Amino acid sequence: MTRRFDRSWIHAWLMLGPSLALLALFTHWPAVATIIDSFYSTPRPRRPSRMVGFENFEQMTADPVFWQAVWNNLWFALGTIPVSIALALLMAIWVNDRIAGRTLVRMAYFTPTVLPMIAVANIWLFFYTPQYGLLAQVLGVFGVQSPNWLGSKDTALAAVTLVAVWKEAGFFMIFYLAALQTISPTLAEAAALEGASRWTYFRRVQFPLLMPTTLFVLVNAVIGAFRTIDHIVVLTKGGPDNATLLLLYYIYQVGFSFWDTGYAAALTVVLLATLGLIAIIQYGVLERRIHYR
Amino acid sequence: MTHAIDRRTILKTGAAALTLPLAAPALAQGKTEVSFFYPVAVGGPITKLIDSFAADFEKENPSISIKPIYSGTYQETIVKALTAHKSGTPPVTSVLLSTDMFTLIDEEAIVPFDDFIRTDADKKWLASFFPSFMENSQTEGKTWGIPFQRSTVVLYWNKELFKEAGLDPEKPPTTWAEQIAFAEKLTKRDGANTTQWGIQIPSSGFPYWLFQGLTTQAGAILMNPEGNKTAYDAPAVVEALQYWVDLSRKHKVHPTGIVEWGTTPRDFFERKCAMMWTTTGNLTNVRTNAKFPFGVGMLPAGKRAGSPTGGGNFYLSKKSSKAEQEAAFKFIQWITTPERAAKWGIDTGYVAVRGDAWETPAMKDYVAGFPAAAVARDQLKFAVAELSTHENQRVTKALNDGLQAALTGGKTPEAAMKDSQAEAERILRPYRR
Repeated sequence: MTRRFDRSWIHAWLMLGPSLALLALFTHWPAVATIIDSFYSTPRPRRPSRMVGFENFEQMTADPVFWQAVWNNLWFALGTIPVSIALALLMAIWVNDRIAGRTLVRMAYFTPTVLPMIAVANIWLFFYTPQYGLLAQVLGVFGVQSPNWLGSKDTALAAVTLVAVWKEAGFFMIFYLAALQTISPTLAEAAALEGASRWTYFRRVQFPLLMPTTLFVLVNAVIGAFRTIDHIVVLTKGGPDNATLLLLYYIYQVGFSFWDTGYAAALTVVLLATLGLIAIIQYGVLERRIHYR
Repeated sequence: MTHAIDRRTILKTGAAALTLPLAAPALAQGKTEVSFFYPVAVGGPITKLIDSFAADFEKENPSISIKPIYSGTYQETIVKALTAHKSGTPPVTSVLLSTDMFTLIDEEAIVPFDDFIRTDADKKWLASFFPSFMENSQTEGKTWGIPFQRSTVVLYWNKELFKEAGLDPEKPPTTWAEQIAFAEKLTKRDGANTTQWGIQIPSSGFPYWLFQGLTTQAGAILMNPEGNKTAYDAPAVVEALQYWVDLSRKHKVHPTGIVEWGTTPRDFFERKCAMMWTTTGNLTNVRTNAKFPFGVGMLPAGKRAGSPTGGGNFYLSKKSSKAEQEAAFKFIQWITTPERAAKWGIDTGYVAVRGDAWETPAMKDYVAGFPAAAVARDQLKFAVAELSTHENQRVTKALNDGLQAALTGGKTPEAAMKDSQAEAERILRPYRR
């Protein structure tokens, strides 16, 4: 009995070992190292790294560019998360019904997700081009002068937000579509017999049953909003005058353009802590209100 | 020590060649390997050119093997090179921005070339480069970089649109006032809509570089040669920025807001702008894609003529062995001979980096058939060093942010430059002790 118990333990460790090693090497160790580094100054050849306590974090509170990045990122998150989730739900319900050319529509919605972000950003760069870009031409038909979307402070952040929504919504649609197809058709029939309207059916039956998916999508959307960087690099490089600077791009700049690794580590810790806090709220509070079957 | 290695290498390769003609791997072991990072920043078959240079060099120098590694943009290349330096195994040599010099010195990532300059021929070689390219390659009395793919800012104009506007298609504007007058004639409006802009000066990504054209013309120098002091708020600098802002806001001949560096050549091809400022490195690109006759000229003069230099230098890694550094030095000398500098300039559009390259038959033929190619060289007389300081990226960002704030109307030119200078002061103060 004990021998068999031992064997299964060895088996378990052998199975888990590789993933554990990878997880520790590429996820946990870097996170711990970053937290440690954030309390040290940036090593320079003539001034080796030394313990500075909370100095890096104090520098952050006085750094106007950091605060701008925080605000930009909040607006970016507020702009992308609700819109892309709502859009995904709408598209999923739409292509879940029996409509003509359903496969084609599904594919069209999903295409942005398949394309690499850098390619997408390059395409959008030309959509936004003043004078002859796609948007300018469409507006031109109505005699409206198109603004310089990426080149003016008022529109640049909204413009990069739109690209993110366009890219994310198709991805989230897939999860909603999968969830919708697990809902038993008997529920729809029952609702129809009761004479419930389409809206009531959605509000009282479909939406509550989709809540676990919504939570999953929400977590992904939040992470996505703080993780986006690639299309910023192509579209604006954080400009004009930091108007589209997001946190992760700022961390990249501080770390790899300025080589101020100590400060970059501190910024990373703040980002990690924020994301951790949001995850706790999401799972701790929201999950209790969700009904699982 | 080196001699012993060399002799052993020769003996080994000799023996291998005699006894085992097919044992290529054994042969390769005796070679000094020179890894070499290079970025691509303009259009054209750059990778193919570099590979063929490496192959030709190896044919002449069998004991050295060159390993060119394409490493992305300039930005990505320095990130990779410095990361490799920090991890202990950097490439023996890399082509990086000439403005990265102070950063590389501060990180103790490179060695100066002075120790390798021994013979009179070496000294003559070093003296052959255009002096304005050496400004960003030397500091503290030492030479840290060797000019390779260098450029300046030039003015491109569309001759067809000049003719349409009643201007002489062969004459570009030569002064600031003319530039405005020409641009006014070249701007076409359709009600509130502008269908064709007179001029475009890009302001995304690295606006400081094109702005330096304007500041030089206004008579300002942005930083000192020691790289620890900037003059962003000097009256001439503010005046230069005011001129740029006025082009769009007062004269309405230049698009408002930020003008994309990447789409500006396309705007020019699509006849959406009649004149553009961009790098001479785009020359081959424009020549291939412009479907109309175009001209290339020096930038118009303000108080004086002027443009910054730009582009990349060769650097030698400090963490490589002496033998590797020597081999790389040999390769750098080889690739910058007049013939090869000329070939590189012709195939890419970069400025051939030394005077005698322009005397080679190949280059003479090329310039005779395409005089525009010589403009960048002629402009070198008026060129100044590109903005480069300690903590270069950060100090430059301070200026870029200020420029974009003024161009988008967020701040007045004076206030924007004052803020940029204050930020640069804060960063550079520790380097003045």
